[in-house]
Amino acid sequence: MDNSRIVEIWVGVFVAIGLGALFLLAMQVSNLAEFREQKTGYRLRAHFSNIGTLKVRSPVKIAGVTVGRVAAIHLDPEQYQAVVEMRIQPQYKLPDDSIASIYTSGLLGEQYVAIEAGGSPEFLEDGDEIEITQSALVLEELIGKFLVKATEESGPKE
Amino acid sequence: MIDPLQRLGAASLNAFAKLGRANLFLALALTGVPEILRRPGLLIRQMYMVGVLSILLIALSGLFVGMVLGLQGYNVLSDFGAEESLGVMVAASLVRELGPVVTALLFSGRAGSALTAEIGLMKATEQLSGMEMMAVDPMKRVITPRLFAGILSMPLLAGLFTYIGIYGGYFVGVLLLGVDEGSFWSQMQAAIDFREDIINSVIKSLAFGVIVTWIAVFEGYDAVPTSEGVSRATTRSVVYSAFAVLGSDFILTALMFGE
Repeated sequence: MDNSRIVEIWVGVFVAIGLGALFLLAMQVSNLAEFREQKTGYRLRAHFSNIGTLKVRSPVKIAGVTVGRVAAIHLDPEQYQAVVEMRIQPQYKLPDDSIASIYTSGLLGEQYVAIEAGGSPEFLEDGDEIEITQSALVLEELIGKFLVKATEESGPKE
Repeated sequence: MIDPLQRLGAASLNAFAKLGRANLFLALALTGVPEILRRPGLLIRQMYMVGVLSILLIALSGLFVGMVLGLQGYNVLSDFGAEESLGVMVAASLVRELGPVVTALLFSGRAGSALTAEIGLMKATEQLSGMEMMAVDPMKRVITPRLFAGILSMPLLAGLFTYIGIYGGYFVGVLLLGVDEGSFWSQMQAAIDFREDIINSVIKSLAFGVIVTWIAVFEGYDAVPTSEGVSRATTRSVVYSAFAVLGSDFILTALMFGE
């Protein structure tokens, strides 16, 4: 084999390894594999009075199983409520009396939308709204309530 | 009183003149693109010198950087009982910052300095003028292939560095220290976004490739054609590359990840 052929083979190996590493990075390390699921699926909306630290791309779970992702979050300018748009994978059908709540995974983990399926025979379709919602728990509010209660209890003694 | 002012003025004028020469140089080098399309052998030869010969250095450095990240990250995270986040920590720091930046710094030491010295010596031994005498444009024949070899090699090397680094972190974290393998990968995949992180990482390494190779070939081409001039140009090439990479990394990070 002449010298330039060896050089060309090595460069070919180098380019293949480099592109392979980039491809594996994309597939193995990032969330690219999930992208196809995101494009498909139907959209649901829900109004929340407080979404805490919920973000776009946060998971939507039923019984702990991820069935979709938050697609968009914006503010309803009339009611001053957060509107959360979710994309649910099409194989999961939800009854139209389902309840959407915002929970936290772990004590300090990230927040997600949990859906409790209802018992209605009618299913939600693309663009529908989940009517019954429960907002995120905000730690400061809880502490505030607790303090108010504590002072009320200790108040009458004095 | 006047003399220091004059020196300051002369230094600034020189710096601006050099910046102007560097930009003209880049514009001229880009006119050689049709030449490398017509003769890809020139580019492949330089890809071998710049890219293939750097693989071992980049791969080993990536492995050790990833292993150190795994070790240090485990020590800190285990204080909070969050060892499972080790994958996120290793992958995020490698993909977003360390991969492109450390690769660019190593690349400027391994390949950039060699480019500067080679071109500087070609100039000092009047090979470049010799080519011009033979009606061969040294810009198109010598500079453009080297410039593009560097620009194309950097993202590939940075991808390799990052990937091997993550496996270094995996080796130390999962195999030696006993972090759960499933949460190592799944938390990483949940946290690393393809567009936001991987694509930006490739853009960063491409930008660093342009910066490092541009500085290297320009310093060689602009070197004073003596042995001392070439040695100074080589030093400057590595020093300026490091500054330019770290400075532009801050700007790129602010543009990409700042809100």
